[in-house]
Amino acid sequence: MEWETVIGLEVHVQLATKTKIFSGASTAFGAEPNTQACAIDLAMPGTLPSPNAEAFRYAVMFGLAIDAEIGKRSVFERKNYFYPDLPKGYQTTQLAEPIVGAGHVDIQLEDGSEKRIRIHHAHLEEDAGKSLHDLSSSIASQGMSGIDLNRAGTPLIEIVTEPDIRNAEEAVAFARKLHSIVTSLGICDGEMSQGSMRFDVNISVRLKGEEEFGTRTETKNLNSFKFMEKCIHQEVERQIDVLEDGGTITQETRLYDGETHTARAMRSKEEANDYRYFPCPDLLPVILTDDYIEDLRQSLPELPDARKQRFQQDYGLSSYDAGVLGSDAATAHYFESCATAASDAKLAANWVMGEISARLNAEEISISHAKVSAEQLAGLISRIKDQTISNKIAKQVFEAMWAGEGDADSIIDTKGLKQVSDSGAIEKLVDDVIANNPQQVENYRKADDAKRPKMLGFFVGQIMKASKGQANPQQVNKVLLDKLNA
Amino acid sequence: MNPSDVEKLAHLARLEISDDTIAEVSKSVSEVIKLVDQLQAASTEGVEPMAHPQDALQILRSDEVTEGNVRDAFQAIAPATEDGLYLVPKVID
Amino acid sequence: MHKLSIAELSRNLKNKVFSSVEATRHFLERSKKLNPEFNAYITLTEEQALAEAAEADKRLAAGDDNVLCGVPIAHKDIFCTNGVRTSCGSRMLDNFIPPYDATVVANYRAAGAVMLGKTNMDEFAMGSSNETSWYGKVRNPWAPNCVPGGSSGGSAAVVAAMMAPGATATDTGGSIRQPAALCGITGLKPTYGRVSRWGMIAFASSLDQGGVMARSAEDAAILLNAMASYDSKDSTCINEPVPDYTATLHNKLEGLRIGLPEEYFGEGLHPEIQAAVEDAIKILEKRGASIKKISLPHSHLAVPAYYVIAPAECSANLSRFDGVRYGHRCEDPKDLMDLFKRSRGEGFGEEVKRRILVGTYALSAGYYDAYYRKAQQVRRLIKQDFDEAFNDVDVILGPTAPTPAFEFGAKGNDPVAMYLEDIYTIATNLAGLPGMSIPCGLVDNKPVGLQLIGQAWDEARLLNVANEFQHHSDFHTWTPGGLA
Repeated sequence: MEWETVIGLEVHVQLATKTKIFSGASTAFGAEPNTQACAIDLAMPGTLPSPNAEAFRYAVMFGLAIDAEIGKRSVFERKNYFYPDLPKGYQTTQLAEPIVGAGHVDIQLEDGSEKRIRIHHAHLEEDAGKSLHDLSSSIASQGMSGIDLNRAGTPLIEIVTEPDIRNAEEAVAFARKLHSIVTSLGICDGEMSQGSMRFDVNISVRLKGEEEFGTRTETKNLNSFKFMEKCIHQEVERQIDVLEDGGTITQETRLYDGETHTARAMRSKEEANDYRYFPCPDLLPVILTDDYIEDLRQSLPELPDARKQRFQQDYGLSSYDAGVLGSDAATAHYFESCATAASDAKLAANWVMGEISARLNAEEISISHAKVSAEQLAGLISRIKDQTISNKIAKQVFEAMWAGEGDADSIIDTKGLKQVSDSGAIEKLVDDVIANNPQQVENYRKADDAKRPKMLGFFVGQIMKASKGQANPQQVNKVLLDKLNA
Repeated sequence: MNPSDVEKLAHLARLEISDDTIAEVSKSVSEVIKLVDQLQAASTEGVEPMAHPQDALQILRSDEVTEGNVRDAFQAIAPATEDGLYLVPKVID
Repeated sequence: MHKLSIAELSRNLKNKVFSSVEATRHFLERSKKLNPEFNAYITLTEEQALAEAAEADKRLAAGDDNVLCGVPIAHKDIFCTNGVRTSCGSRMLDNFIPPYDATVVANYRAAGAVMLGKTNMDEFAMGSSNETSWYGKVRNPWAPNCVPGGSSGGSAAVVAAMMAPGATATDTGGSIRQPAALCGITGLKPTYGRVSRWGMIAFASSLDQGGVMARSAEDAAILLNAMASYDSKDSTCINEPVPDYTATLHNKLEGLRIGLPEEYFGEGLHPEIQAAVEDAIKILEKRGASIKKISLPHSHLAVPAYYVIAPAECSANLSRFDGVRYGHRCEDPKDLMDLFKRSRGEGFGEEVKRRILVGTYALSAGYYDAYYRKAQQVRRLIKQDFDEAFNDVDVILGPTAPTPAFEFGAKGNDPVAMYLEDIYTIATNLAGLPGMSIPCGLVDNKPVGLQLIGQAWDEARLLNVANEFQHHSDFHTWTPGGLA
């Protein structure tokens, strides 16, 4: 039997506003519990919501970026359910009249092909607070959970796709592209580990050629591309196993555990979701003018696709390199600053995609937290270009820079890593090696032209070793050839 | 509207209703439903629903932090807190 | 002193006839004496009131010319008061001391008014008899075996018994006008959006409106001047200029066109109330007003529409009372569900639970269109009836309530009978219009009210008509027998 997977995503993107969607409390991450929850966020009696203009601006920017119809009239509704991290007992969200209508996002797959993922709509809503359960403190020992409402009221856009995604690769490509769009727009900080982007994945399988969709499950709150990929693979496999064993899929909500990398059905019974939506009577319809929307369209920052093209044209980068470096605004900015300061795009691209990216991955941090700044990296690249150091030494210098030992010049200085280009010194090194290896010299001189380059490597290696890697390799080559051929 | 319907509603609304009052509650809820059922006779085809008395539009607030840390004042009136957190029986997802 | 109007109190304070501390002490003493009988206050804030009065005296000495500076008033216990328990008449909030003021409270504070205490009310403003309060029933100063009306029954009784010269109140379906009528005082519910709802504990957000109670239209105008303001913290508060409501009180009524809706004079109306209202209208005719019979054809749908919309909104508005952050929390909850269900089950009274259930039903899957959407459509039809009527008339007059004050328990377990108490007042809330009730006589020795309904933002005209009526009649000066 051949199975086909059908995936739809709901993506929650936290907007990078200074304040909550309905209150003037700060949204800064990492504050002490409940120190950023004001009377409105706590749903104190008599308090009323006051919508944030910036949240609307960001949502419209997103809509324009995905070529969507903008809801010139949008209406907040109440979605009613009880949960301790939902202070009002309802979430203020949008349903019938969302801010962003149908649009699309184009993704590129590994084989180079493009695919269009349709966006059903995107709406503005408020985030909930957090329930902290696995505390080692006395709270847990009392059989209690702690509620922190700092996050309650943080503005979100929930982006809902059509069921256009067919496998994990597409899902991840889509998620990355979305990350790239929202960070390029500057409407989200993109910090996945802080929950700035969370994915709910709806998955079903059906026999190839079947028209009807299979029963789907929803796995909630995935906050990394890696988890999402793993979760999809597991869930697809699970569903196929069930179906091939003659079973049926139960429509359920599942939770993915990032520690064990397994998902399970939620224990809290989802009693027939009856959210009793109705228009929020504390808020009025929001009307956006054509001028407002046009102004935003005109001032939209550069989007990933446009940037990729520009990087190919302006910096002569390959399609792949341009795509990687242009994917998110922070990386693009880092690369461009470095390339400009070093006046060498190719070297800058290699270093950003090479050493920098490796380091970031290893330490699981984003480029905005890189321990070597774009300017510092440019300083290092400049020393490679002017042959003060070799590429090999440069890597050594980079390690020291990353470890916080200073910028390239001071490290080269204090460690005495400067390349030896003094011809007298190099001649001396070459002479010594020739004198110490008479047999190899004889062999070389007898050998034919085809074998000589390889044999030359031996001498170069000896010389570089003797110079502790600091001899200028081009100069060594030239002097060595002159002497051997003499 | 029988007692089991009312129990379902009470569950949705998270209201405990004791067994000895459920019959009475369902009777009175039924009476209210009967009252509002008079709406069904009204002819409302093509009438735009009216959510607000004034035909006004939402005014949006500028994105400036205006609220500070009010935790102590608000947790002073909370039923159960510890380490700055509100306490509830263990949340099971 | 307690017989003085707010205007007179203000003049005496300005002229140093007595100080605010003296006036405040007088009303506090009177309240302490009478309240055990009427149960109109939930909380008397004696210490704070005297401190505020002393502050007001300083302001007066410094020449503060605010009319309300030093005048003691009472606040309905639905308005949040910083540092003072705000119960909303519910066990749920019996322990709730908000660390913030409602905008209305802040406005009066800024004007220099002194808060005497917080008045009793139907729980969460749901009721028309004040019998649903966790703090017990309020007795009608005119007939202690009868209800004062509701939900602002405490405010009405406080004013009628002269325990305060004026009080704040709220009106979602008649909660200012009906108790004003039953207690023989003047009550005004402003246009929806005139008064900020910030800090006013919500019952039904699209219907709730703060307003005032006093013993005359002039005093109501003075109180509204301070209460009405634009407030960006309430998105539904409308930025319309606030006129000086006292400036137009004495405008002549010549040419005033009064509409009498035939639907407000039909079956169910006590015949003697009908007679009193008709006599009142004659007084206005004498002042040069013309009378026109009008029709508000969807009136009979107002109560059904209201009992979908108000419960639906309240079912969500009251979800925040979950025992987690404030208010009542049950003992030793065994799990989350138990915490929610028991805290709410114990914290809310019967009527509140009934309305939450009805609202939950009206919004639940499969019923939304038949109830909520339908009610919102009917709401527009009702609004259109008024729009149509106001093409031909300036104000609409009728009875405020179909009966005078009834005895405790008279409506028994029949919620619908109680709901019909508001049959003449509810449409005004659905349409967001201003409405007033002024005394127009006695039936069975109990006061009855004349209702005035105006166009949106036309409070000044209602106050003008009421004031002219009160200048040419003396119903509003009648006080309950036995209450010197």
